Amino acid sequence: MRQFTDLYWRLDGTTSTNEKVAALRDYFAAAPPEDAAIALGVLSGGRQRRAVSLTLLRQWAAESAGLPAWLVEECYAHVGDLAETIALLLPPPNAEAEHVDLGLATCVQASVHSLRQADDDTAKRAIVEGVWRRLAARERIVWHKLLTGGCRVGVSKTLVARALAEVAGIDPAVMAHRLMGRPIETAEQFAALLFPDETEADSRRPYPFFLASPLEGDVAALGPVMDWQAEWKWDGMRAQIVRRGDGVAIWSRGEELVNEAFPEIVAAAVTIPAGTVLDGELLAVRDRQLLPFASLSKRASRRRVTKQVLAEIPCVFVAYDLLEAEGQDLRNEPLAHRRVVLEQMVPHPFTLLRDTATSLPGSTPEDARRQLFLSPCVAGDSWDALAAARGGSRERGVEGLMLKRRASSYAVGRTRGDWWKWKIEPLEIDAVLLYAQAGHGRRAGLHTDYTLGVWHDDRLVPIAKAYSGLSDAEIVEVDRIVRATTLEKHGPVRVVQPTLVFQLSFEGVSRSTRHKSGVAVRFPRIARWRRDKEPQDAGQLADIERMIERPSCDGITA
Amino acid sequence: MPPPKPVPFECGWLRIQKSHSVSDLLELTAAGLYCPWGDFYIDPWRRVGRAIITHAHADHARPGSDRYLCAAPGKLVLRTRLGGGAAIDTLRYGESLSINGVEVSLHPAGHVLGSAQVRVRHGGQTWVVTGDYKLEADPTCAAFEPVRCDVFVTESTFGLPVYRWPDPTSVAAEINAWWQTNRDAGRSSVIFAYALGKAQRLAALLDPSIGPIVAHGAVMKMVEQYRASGVRLPPIDRVPPRARRVGDGRAMVLAPPSAAGSRWLRVFGETSVAMASGWMMLRGVRRRRGFDRGFVVSDHADFPGLMQAIAATGARRVLATHGFSDPLARLLREQGLDADTLATKFTGETVGDADDDGSTDDDDAAGGEA
Ligand SMILES: [Zn+2]
Ligand SMILES: [Zn+2]
Repeated sequence: MRQFTDLYWRLDGTTSTNEKVAALRDYFAAAPPEDAAIALGVLSGGRQRRAVSLTLLRQWAAESAGLPAWLVEECYAHVGDLAETIALLLPPPNAEAEHVDLGLATCVQASVHSLRQADDDTAKRAIVEGVWRRLAARERIVWHKLLTGGCRVGVSKTLVARALAEVAGIDPAVMAHRLMGRPIETAEQFAALLFPDETEADSRRPYPFFLASPLEGDVAALGPVMDWQAEWKWDGMRAQIVRRGDGVAIWSRGEELVNEAFPEIVAAAVTIPAGTVLDGELLAVRDRQLLPFASLSKRASRRRVTKQVLAEIPCVFVAYDLLEAEGQDLRNEPLAHRRVVLEQMVPHPFTLLRDTATSLPGSTPEDARRQLFLSPCVAGDSWDALAAARGGSRERGVEGLMLKRRASSYAVGRTRGDWWKWKIEPLEIDAVLLYAQAGHGRRAGLHTDYTLGVWHDDRLVPIAKAYSGLSDAEIVEVDRIVRATTLEKHGPVRVVQPTLVFQLSFEGVSRSTRHKSGVAVRFPRIARWRRDKEPQDAGQLADIERMIERPSCDGITA
Repeated sequence: MPPPKPVPFECGWLRIQKSHSVSDLLELTAAGLYCPWGDFYIDPWRRVGRAIITHAHADHARPGSDRYLCAAPGKLVLRTRLGGGAAIDTLRYGESLSINGVEVSLHPAGHVLGSAQVRVRHGGQTWVVTGDYKLEADPTCAAFEPVRCDVFVTESTFGLPVYRWPDPTSVAAEINAWWQTNRDAGRSSVIFAYALGKAQRLAALLDPSIGPIVAHGAVMKMVEQYRASGVRLPPIDRVPPRARRVGDGRAMVLAPPSAAGSRWLRVFGETSVAMASGWMMLRGVRRRRGFDRGFVVSDHADFPGLMQAIAATGARRVLATHGFSDPLARLLREQGLDADTLATKFTGETVGDADDDGSTDDDDAAGGEA
């Protein structure tokens, strides 16, 4: 546990990418493979199932430390992180704990797994207390996070792949591919990962996704418009369809196999030739309308999809790249070439006609193929023309344009320069701070979660809860004002005098019966602090109501 | 003798939890904690006639009063704080003095050089006011001594059970190891610490065989007073004015927190910066402050220290002030003591001291002297 704890705190203590890679490399080079396998699972952000609830841990810790529950609560409010609070409150470990290092694998297997199997809380508690006695406070924090499924360390897969590639002495891209879509849970699997030569590839493994960077500044700086391919930026779920041998695998960007959630796409993909890998977007579409992203998430989270859900939230796959054809890796071919082959493979551009949008997977291959579409190119012979097309994004229900260099290969991760997302400007309104809540983690103890409101008649109504997008210095300043202007406290939430105005950005507005204001804004975030404005200058609810749009796909054509 | 009239209340911001019975030896007034029988104040925050000062930190020692009384070892540092003209009387630790028939004595608080707990006895009652204190050993000041009393007025800066200090010798080893690693990499080590007390304590913990120790002027001023008061410290260099390069990438630099991010640090070349404070216990605070390292070194009692000190007094009544006074008082009440909070000038739940040269460290809600 000590090595992993050191890694955790090293990663936690730095913002430098190189320092993070170095920390990962040092860990993987030194850790026993059974520990390394588990660490990799944790670092990859794989969904960790919680073995015991924090509520129970808190209760047991209070009893172990001989403290009343209210005092533990008071500590939590101050520390901001429950795993850390509990670790600090517990009595010091046994004297021999200093000499015995409980391995990560032992810790996870002997405790996390046996906790899941434990019959009742008494049995669980005995296991937990046994480990508590053997870990120092800094190790306990990490262990609590492992137990409760909250161990996030803020390293990307790309960094993990880079570090492992350094340890194995192989190309980072090969490592990234090896890491895709296969579980690494045992010492043998981890050792195989570091194998210096190419091993038999799992035939269903996807390629690492190439990620676009947000375009900032003048689009004309990208050079001649002819060098670029423009497509709509869909607000869907990025996915790869891997069609090899007799099978199909649909992988989400989170490296999850989502076949079960999208049976109609699987059925459609079986009809394309083996040895094909498509990159594209899953979209939920019904009655010629793109459904909100929440509907798609609902589909994606299902293990089994009922007929009813299939009918309620029908999905399509819009392909925009071809990574493999006839068993050949095309990623190093120029995009222009891949596009030509893609258009042959998936000929139907995404145009929403009534029958295709509502049809379920059919019985004939011809019908089934109708769930697969080609992402149409947006024509424009100048940047101005593309800018004009982009201006219509909101009406189309898309987020803007994607710009891809025609000569580019399909790279690994977020390599800047070839793929850009040229998103439309967000919607904005000036809103007043009404409630503030203390943050957790890095911002523990500071008020960073803000509820903002706008005017309705002569009252301020809350419209969004936004996490601060302010600088650290501004957060500290706001925190001080929050404390000084608190009217009431309800647990961690403070009701403040309306004095601060912030510019709130968001991506869309819809009607909502769940919100007092009657509207729900999507992706609200604070763009900046309007020190130049007084609360009475803030926006009106009516302004937001005017922004309500119903994304319609009428008119989306190639 | 009837008690003279205390300064009347006039401040809306003064938060008084509970009015105490008239027979209280000490009571809170707009100017601070006051003894009506002896007509003196303890750590007043306004100009008064007679002020007993627990220690020279800025939130306890304010200039402008007619007469001051402090523990003898703290006279020089207090004079540095109050200015040359202040009338300062002293008492040896344990020695008593009668002020208008009230017996007053000062006892080591272990916080900084000359820090004292104030014991007040009159009419069969004994009160002790701690000022700031810690129970851990500190080579630069006299060790805390428990004093029996009926009413104990205790600080509670770290009055939450999450605060439990690591063993000071292991922290010292950690600091020296960090210094050594930096020196081997050709980097200067900078520790931000309060100029009075913390910096000198750190200096005493450093291993001077690793490299030269240099200090900021604010620290140096107090180092000189410590030396003049007879405290042994390792050799410490002043940073010469208009120096271009100091320490050769080998030095340990002791600087007040206000120097963080300032141009003053440039002369040290590449640096690794650390903060030494009790608040460094918390990951959120460490990360937010953006230092490379955080060392848990505090001149205040941790939670077990507070509980131990309270128990050792045998007091039936405890008044908590300065920090997490609400939870501490509630816990003590649940344990059967008559406990309450006593407001200080700085109200609010994450009060930090303003101990460094009077500058409040208001960058950080959980900041302040620690
Ligand atoms: Zn102090
Ligand atoms: Zn203080």
